[in-house]
Amino acid sequence: MCLTCGCGDEENVRVTTIDRPAGLDPAESGPAATAAPAQHHDHHHPHQHNHHHDRGPGSDQDQHARLHHPADLERIELGVSLLAKNDHLAEHNRNWLAGHNIVAVNLMSSPGSGKTSLLERTITEHAQFDHAGWSEVCVIEGDQETVFDAERIRRAGARAVQVNTGAGCHLDAPMVQRAIEMLDPRPGALLFVENVGNLVCPALFDIGERAKVVVISVTEGDDKPLKYPQMFSAADLVVINKTDLLPYVDFDLERFAEQSRSLNPGVSIIALSVRDGTNMTAWYEWLSRR
Amino acid sequence: MHELAIISGVVDMVVERTAGRRVATVHLQVGQLSGVVADAMLFCFEIATAGTALDGATLQIDPVPGRAACRTCGQDFGVDDLILLCPCGSADVRITAGRELLVTAVEVEAKSCA
Repeated sequence: MCLTCGCGDEENVRVTTIDRPAGLDPAESGPAATAAPAQHHDHHHPHQHNHHHDRGPGSDQDQHARLHHPADLERIELGVSLLAKNDHLAEHNRNWLAGHNIVAVNLMSSPGSGKTSLLERTITEHAQFDHAGWSEVCVIEGDQETVFDAERIRRAGARAVQVNTGAGCHLDAPMVQRAIEMLDPRPGALLFVENVGNLVCPALFDIGERAKVVVISVTEGDDKPLKYPQMFSAADLVVINKTDLLPYVDFDLERFAEQSRSLNPGVSIIALSVRDGTNMTAWYEWLSRR
Repeated sequence: MHELAIISGVVDMVVERTAGRRVATVHLQVGQLSGVVADAMLFCFEIATAGTALDGATLQIDPVPGRAACRTCGQDFGVDDLILLCPCGSADVRITAGRELLVTAVEVEAKSCA
């Protein structure tokens, strides 16, 4: 684990389904009992190789003294992306989803912007507005800890699995692959992936989604795009939530849109209120066009 | 914050590609618009390589400055951030460099010495 930021590794990631009869205590099927096996394919996963290096201080020192002599070194050209492994698995996810006619939408935001509330309302009322005829709406929930959000989604009427990243600060393609295997969305489904609340790290990791949506609430301030440019630069859609609170906060919608478009000229922006339902139809129409 | 995850992926990839040979140097190209912080990767590298064939290796990061091309006036210019604005005032701009995230090469112990 990174001592600076607390980023974790995959061994600490847990995938939990709460798609089971209501009333069952979530603690009964805790993370260890429900953790999905990661491997259903031929890829190597990190942190699973066996190391048998001689760690004796003397030998290490000697070996490295030799290595640092240029004559003993061979240069191997690689030219491989730093994110190659993640991107490869993301492409796997994308192909599988496309093969099953499933639209996956990656929702990213700060904690507390209203991603889960947006999903709850969407699950409850999408059928009234659904022009795309989704076979179901289902959700992969990402959080460092707890299954609270997956339980909320379940109560709203949709199937969900929870990915707990432990110390990790974002979802990556292997985590989403495990979650998809466990959730097994129906062909023709609309699949939401609610990323870990974080406006930095999730922007870099392709998970195989059709579209990236950034959710921001008016209480967070209208200067977020320039503060977190990678996130807003990567977005296909920005949802501005909690517009019912606009009279009480200094959030300038024009300024926000201008900043977003200075980073991402083609980005779509929808201002809505999950709480009072204002402009939710614009969201459903955007979803139907995916 | 995501640098450890990225570096861990690099270590795994290098170990696979070098068949367990001891690695002395890993060369990366990191664009200044990529969203990845070189200093954070340097810090994480020691932790991520501990106990692997890269243990004790040097991480060499070559930064790539951001550049963009304007579709309106054709100008090619340097950019320090992701705000896509040409000096001519146009926002119809394409980033041409600075997003690189590449493992360019590794230096490994020569086979004859293995």
